[in-house]
Amino acid sequence: MDTAVTPSPIVSVRNVSKSYRRGSQTVPVLEDISFDIAVGEFLALMGPSGSGKSTLLNLIAGIDQVDSGTITIGGVEITTLAEAELAAWRAAHVGFIFQFYNLMPVLTAFENVELPLLLTGLSRRERREHVEMALSLVNLSDRMDHYPSQLSGGQQQRVAIARAVVTDPDILVADEPTGDLDRVSAGEILSLMDRLVHGFGKTIIMVTHDPKAAEKAHMIRHLEKGILADGGG
Amino acid sequence: MFILKLILRNAFRHKLRTILTIVGVAVAVLAFGLLRTLVDLWYAGVEASSASRLVTRNAISLVFPLPISYKDRIRQVAGVKEVSWGNWFGGIYREEKNFFPNFAIEPKGYLEMYPEYIIPDDQRSAFIHDRRGCVVGRKTAERFGWKTGDTVTLRGTIFPGQWAFVIRGIYRGARKNTDETQLFFHWEYLNETVKKTIPRRADQVGFYLIELKKPEEAAEVSLAVDALFRNSLAETLTETEKAFQLSFVSMTEAIMIAIKIVSYVVIVIIMVVAANTMAMTARERIAEYATLKTLGFGALHIGCVVFGESLVISLAGGVLGVILTFPAAHWIETELSQFFPVFTVAPLTIWLDLAAAVTVGLVAGIFPTWRGSTIRIADGLRRIG
Ligand SMILES: Nc1ncnc2c1ncn2[C@@H]1O[C@H](COP(=O)(O)OP(=O)(O)OP(=O)(O)O)[C@@H](O)[C@H]1O
Ligand SMILES: [Mg+2]
Repeated sequence: MDTAVTPSPIVSVRNVSKSYRRGSQTVPVLEDISFDIAVGEFLALMGPSGSGKSTLLNLIAGIDQVDSGTITIGGVEITTLAEAELAAWRAAHVGFIFQFYNLMPVLTAFENVELPLLLTGLSRRERREHVEMALSLVNLSDRMDHYPSQLSGGQQQRVAIARAVVTDPDILVADEPTGDLDRVSAGEILSLMDRLVHGFGKTIIMVTHDPKAAEKAHMIRHLEKGILADGGG
Repeated sequence: MFILKLILRNAFRHKLRTILTIVGVAVAVLAFGLLRTLVDLWYAGVEASSASRLVTRNAISLVFPLPISYKDRIRQVAGVKEVSWGNWFGGIYREEKNFFPNFAIEPKGYLEMYPEYIIPDDQRSAFIHDRRGCVVGRKTAERFGWKTGDTVTLRGTIFPGQWAFVIRGIYRGARKNTDETQLFFHWEYLNETVKKTIPRRADQVGFYLIELKKPEEAAEVSLAVDALFRNSLAETLTETEKAFQLSFVSMTEAIMIAIKIVSYVVIVIIMVVAANTMAMTARERIAEYATLKTLGFGALHIGCVVFGESLVISLAGGVLGVILTFPAAHWIETELSQFFPVFTVAPLTIWLDLAAAVTVGLVAGIFPTWRGSTIRIADGLRRIG
């Protein structure tokens, strides 16, 4: 048995197509995409604007539906799940990192990180422990009671990362996580993600325009007008 | 718990916008409550008039008098228990704005026919025995700081001159809706003076009051009285006090209906304004709702957050409006007592106030709630960039 050499894929995308309807006409976005992502992989998705990167990421993360094809993640064929099942599955298995952080402005850093835990059966004390741990992981223990507006962009993105990892999901999806940050903050975010992959064995799929960001990834894939082009990492 | 926290914090995110909306709802609820009270009181006033009392007046118009000689003939009509009479005096105390109703009456029978005017026995007999005495309602006495024994001078308008009366009694109403602003004095005093100054207007009364033996005979007695004076110089029109009040204010009833409609229109207007505000708010927060959904929160959670915010804001406005209603009603009662001798807000009106506020919140929340809870995540997230 040599499964150790080629670890089984955690994400398996098969013949996925997706189009959007704009008025009366149909705009194809993704055409017959197939690829795998192994456990512990750090994948960068690159490609010109409008090539369908975010769309593909959303499909993998279970926040959009395919037109045809299947996506299997950790043995679950998510393309067959109903909306409510999909929501529960997302909450348990996927962590999200967005370009504009998407924190709730009326909640403190602590409360933002606590959000996904509210859907679990954890007690208040257990939640507190998890949140404190996640915030210390991103080095923001001293900013727990700050509101997003009181934090810098880089700090906000770190809170968002804490929120993404607090439920200990298998995969993290990040859509241009450094797109709105300066070089220094972007560097911090990238090394944090690197640590999540190497230190905690997370699988990360990251959409980016930034070659510097892509450098951190193990593998880069290029999307070109909805077609995937292979690239090494 | 968390939902509640989010609702409250969201509600006060745009402080100015929220405060303006709350004030808007409060003012609408206040207006709604006061207008409804006005309408209620008007109908209560009509209700307060007795169906067992008849009023006989000149058939041509209320402003034409009837001869005093009619009283004995009316008394002989079958079914009549007691007859009394009075004149609208229309006197003014110092200034026009001090208006209150004042009548010259036949003191004994008149007060007996109005058991709802409660006067201590000693005061009642003091009034009956003093030809220049008067009784005045509690509200008017309080308004001008009058006490029994004080002399009050009214300037006559229909009957020119300065008329001085000594307050012999102060009555209060048996019921909340009894008019406590009137002043009554002796018809004899009026008549004697008029005899000297304008003799042709002497021995005349503005209206007769008839107390029935049995209220159910009102129709027969009315017809019998009017038949007595048919083809005489002054024909009469007799009707129940209630009908009299209604005919007196029949035009007012149309106004009351209009006011009622306006009270609902006010609520509809604030509903539209609040709905617009809530829609605007929800539109701004679509990306946040999409994010919550991404994290696994369901349509129900998001619906609660949006709907809850709408309800919290309009209920806050409703409660503020209710709180303001009481001082406003008190102000009306004291400052506008000539128009609204009693201005009591009924408990039902308070409930209607709150129901109106909740309705505003519900209606204003429906569209944004639907939008927020049915938004497709991918679409909602795209809104942010
Ligand atoms: N909800 C939608 N309705 C209609 N068209 C859409 C929708 N979402 C995406 N598209 C279209 O699909 C195409 C791919 O969009 P997508 O957001 O995936 O691109 P992208 O590669 O992420 O671009 P960028 O680098 O600018 O973020 C674009 O042409 C876009 O206009
Ligand atoms: Mg994109």
